[in-house]
This record gives sequence, C-alpha cells and structure tokens, in this order.
Amino acid sequence: MTKVFQAGSAESVTALDEVSLAIRDNEFFTLLGPSGCGKTTLLRLIAGFEQVTQGNILLFGDDVAGLPPHKRPINTVFQHYALFPHMTVAENVAFGLRMLRRDKAEIRRTVETMLTLVKMPELADRKSSQLSGGQQQRVALARALANHPRVLLLDEPLSALDLKLRQEMRLELKTLQRETGITFIFVTHDQEEALTMSDRIAVLQAGRIQQVGTPDTIYEQPANSFVANFMGETNLLPAVLGTAERDMISCLLEGGAEVLAQPVGNEAAGSRVTLSLRPERIVLSADPGTGLAGRITDRLYRGTDTSYRVKLEDGPELLVYEQNVADRSSGMSAGNSVGVLIAPGAARILVS
Amino acid sequence: MAEQRDAANQATWIDRFSGLPEARRSLILLSPAFALIGAFGLAPLCLILVYSFLVPGTYGGVVWEFSLDAYIQFLFERDIFDGTLAFNASYLQIGARSVILAGLAVVGCLLIGFPTAYFIATRPPGLRNVLIFLVTVPFWTNLLVRTFSMMLILRDQGPLNSILMDIGITGQPLSLLYTDFAIGLGLLYSFLPFMVLPIYASLERIDFRLVEAAYDLYANRWKVLQRILIPLSLPGIAGGCFLVFIPSLSSFLAPDLLGGGKHLMISNLIAQQFGTARNWPFGAAAAMILLSLVLIALMIYARQTARRERKVV
Repeated sequence: MTKVFQAGSAESVTALDEVSLAIRDNEFFTLLGPSGCGKTTLLRLIAGFEQVTQGNILLFGDDVAGLPPHKRPINTVFQHYALFPHMTVAENVAFGLRMLRRDKAEIRRTVETMLTLVKMPELADRKSSQLSGGQQQRVALARALANHPRVLLLDEPLSALDLKLRQEMRLELKTLQRETGITFIFVTHDQEEALTMSDRIAVLQAGRIQQVGTPDTIYEQPANSFVANFMGETNLLPAVLGTAERDMISCLLEGGAEVLAQPVGNEAAGSRVTLSLRPERIVLSADPGTGLAGRITDRLYRGTDTSYRVKLEDGPELLVYEQNVADRSSGMSAGNSVGVLIAPGAARILVS
Repeated sequence: MAEQRDAANQATWIDRFSGLPEARRSLILLSPAFALIGAFGLAPLCLILVYSFLVPGTYGGVVWEFSLDAYIQFLFERDIFDGTLAFNASYLQIGARSVILAGLAVVGCLLIGFPTAYFIATRPPGLRNVLIFLVTVPFWTNLLVRTFSMMLILRDQGPLNSILMDIGITGQPLSLLYTDFAIGLGLLYSFLPFMVLPIYASLERIDFRLVEAAYDLYANRWKVLQRILIPLSLPGIAGGCFLVFIPSLSSFLAPDLLGGGKHLMISNLIAQQFGTARNWPFGAAAAMILLSLVLIALMIYARQTARRERKVV
C-alpha cells in the first residue's frame, strides 16, 4: 500500500511507498526504524486513523481499509497511553467493552481478569491521573487487551518509561503476547527492544521496507548497509572482492588486509563492495604477531565489555568490543600494537 | 548631585517597602483597588439594601422609617381601603419570567455554542485565532445598537418576516417583536460569545489523542461526544452557562426594546420603580431579590466546581 499526505498539493509527502507486509497470526511483529521512517503512519493506517492513498489492508482476509477505527477488531496502546483522565482505572479498562455493549457481569469479570493480568488489581478505583508512568502503561495494556482484539498495536509504548522499568516491561509484554495469543504489532525505534521481543522485525527507512526477518537474520545477515548500521554497532568497510576459496571469498580491505566472507549472490572478482563487520566478532590479541597488525587508538571501559578503536596498518579504523571476562589491562592500552583476528565468515558482504 | 540624591532616596523608599512583612505589602498594593471597589461597589450596594427597608416618599426618594412593605409588596397587594393583604402573583411572574428566559437563553446558547466552540477548537491553530477573534467582534459594537438591529430584523416589515412570506411559510407577517420569543432571541444573541469562549478554552486543552483512543475502543461519534468531550469540557460548559445565565437574568435592554416594555424582566421592574413609579424602596427590594438570585446561581456554580476539583484530585 501507499500513503501520501496532502496528495496532489505541492507539499505532498509520501510517508509510505508501496509497502507490502504479511503479518502472521499470533506473531510478535515489530516495525523498526528511525523517527520519520513511516512506522507510526503504518500503525495509524492499520488502526484506521489514517486512510490509505492506494492499496489494501487485509485482516484475516477481510479488507478493512475503508472502515473507521471503531469498526476494526484492532486495539492500540498509545505512546502516551491516552488514558481517560476523568475515569477510574476500572472504567478505563471497561470502556471498550461498554462500547461493545457487553453484559455488565461479563465486563466486571473481564476488567478483574485484565487488571490481574497486568498485576495491578488493587488499583481499580484509582483515577488514572494518579498513576505513575509504569502503572499507566499497564492500564493502557489492560484497556486494549480487555476487548480481545485480533490484533494489538503498540506505538512505542515503552519509550516514556525509565530504563529499569522498560527492561521489565519488555519481558512482560512478551509473556502477555504468548499467554493471550493475540498478534502484536509493535512500533519502536529502539533496535535492542526489537531484537529482544520480536518474532519477526520489519526495518523501515524513508517509507520503504528495508528488510523483514527474524531478529537474528536481521542482525547477522543485514540486507543492506542501512540495516547493518541501524541494528547495533557495526564497522562498514569498503572492500574489493578477490577470488573464492572453497566456500569463502577473499575481500581486500584498504591497506591490503585480507578478510574472508561468505559469498552473497554472484559478485565478480574485482568488484567493490561494503563489508559489515560487527565489533564483537573481532578478537584482539596482545601479541602483535598474530592476525592483522593494528594499533589501539582508543580504549573505553564500559562495564560488561571494553570498547577499543584499533587502526589497521595503512588501513581503516575498527571498532572492537571485548567482553570483560578476565582482567586484561596489560598491553591493551591506547598506543599499544596488537594483533587483530577476524574469523572467516565474521564479515558480511552487503549487496547494496 | 541632585539626581544621585534622588536615586538614593528612591532606593531607601523601595528598601523600606520591601522590608515590610508580606501581608502588609500586599495590603498597601491592593489599597487602591479596595478603595475603588468600596466606593463604587460596596457603598451603593449598602445604600440599596438600606433603602429597601424604608418607606417611599411621595415624589420619589425615601422617608427614613423602617418598613418591610417593599418586600411584602413583591408577593402581596395591600387593599387601599381596609389594608388587608391579598396574594398578587404579577411581580412573582416577572421574577419567574426572568429566570425562565435566562434559562432558555442558556439552553439556546449551549446548543449553538458547543458545536461552534468544537468547530473552532478542531481547526488548525492559525485559523482558530481568527475565528475566536470573529466571535469577539460583536463586543466592539454597543449592545444598544445591536439590540436595535434585532428590532429591525424582527419587526413586522423586517427582513425575517419578508423572507418567511416570500418562501410562503406564512401569509401575513408574524408578530415576532414585543414577545417573550423576541426577548429570548435577544438574550441568546447578546450573550452567545460568553458561552463559546469558555467552552472553546476547555475544548482546546483536551488532548485529542484521547478522542482517537476512544474511537479505537469502539466508540462512535456520539459516544465520543458523550463519554469524552462533554465530561472533559464540563468546566467550560458550566462556566459558560453561568456567564450567560447571570447577565441574562439581570438583562435590561433586551426586554426593554424587544419586549416593548410589556414583557418585563426584573431589571425593567427596578428601572420602573426608580423612574415613573417613584417607589424607590420597592425598586431597591427588587434589586436585592435579583442580587440574591444571582448569588444563589453563583453559589451553585462554586459548589459544583469545588466538587469537581475534589473528584479530580
């Protein structure tokens, strides 16, 4: 589908350009991308707050593109929760069911179940304005889930929470999704959030889908340099393809260092490509004689790991992460010469 | 030198002032306002209160003699010959008409004002300011002139009647002017901005993501209005209702011009008593009755506001 804002005017903006996605039932699906990539627009289209310019939205086979939001079996957890400030927690949770004219006893039962599910049954009579951010988040979840939607949309629901709570909620969301069996479509700009929670991820950039896949596929086999760069840290290195050796192909970095990578497609020898080399896949040795010769230019201690910047002889500078499993401060400070070991297949050739 | 000394003097004067305790300072700063309110607000009010308990002079003015007659006269008629009291509803009717017409003006203003305010609040910010500005434009013209123009529109040969006759709704002119309907319409027209502005102010503050959330939770337009927009703009609605009710209740021009002096409201009664009827105590008593009606309305408003705030906090 395509979404154009202010179509036909001089200021028309194509927010989504021929996006096509198939999301499976019971899936935790994440739309990941930087701000302005169109992920929220896509969510709003699915929810029905915006109308598609061109294309369809099929929900279990039915086209819902023309339906207003209140006629779609879809509920949303909004970024800022949008709890009704003039209602209690219980009234908020019951709202959707009341609108659906469900039986009173059933509503009461469901509200209780939902508040227990999100672990806050004792706050049912609180005004929603009296809740903390984390509590509001849970009420927003309960309010959306109470209607047993076929699809639950979550618009950056964790972004307003502090780090500790955010990490807790990630696990809880994942558990909730498994327990309820509802399809979750989760929007975020946080790649770590996407990696830890999703069954599958769609990476969006500039209104186009860059790659769809499981978290490990997206991380380990990024389709292009945007995905590689957006999904965590990586070294993007220009290289020239050499000859194939068994199932590996040799790639020459600037300065002549050779790295072995898995061939992708059938690129001819001598063609220029970009390599993505994850910093945690590079191993440093205090003995400058092993592997490629390099010199540490910068060292940053980060708790669980240490990050180094290593300049290859006559070549590029690499970012390297080393886990702090053993004390290894000697010979690894800035200015020291080290050996840089890159295992065959650690680098990945990017097609574009 | 002189300038320097002046500056030094000024500094000490300010220093001395700022050295005073907070309460004293506020009192000094507020004293001009207190003096003004006392002289032109409180003092006349006391005068009216006192006059309402006196006996009318033959040619206007008052005789300084205590009497409850003015208040009794509002409900009862004293027989000229034997001095017995008989219930007389005509003044009570004027009071009731005032309350009913003011109430109808409130209802009318609400029915027109809420959609108007909602329409304005949902426009883009630049347009909103223009529209709000347009709402306040009538304030620039004298109320008397505006009420006169209402007379012109409503009279038998006026544009409203000729339109009605042209499209064949009525064969002969309807007598619209000098009726309760004309007074109500005049009140509605005069005080509509007082309804639109406070409702707009509270609608504008509503987070419209809440409206989206309600739609998302299966509410249709009507339910969104009923469950979200009206409850959240209730402070503005209540404020608007009282801002329309109070001046409508004490309105003088609309009943005087559009009611033709036949359909009196309480203000016209007061004016009559101080003017042609030369019964100042009765006029003063009617003014006190009007004042108490307004105070009752204000008390209801204050209590509701307090209750709402307790509920929110």
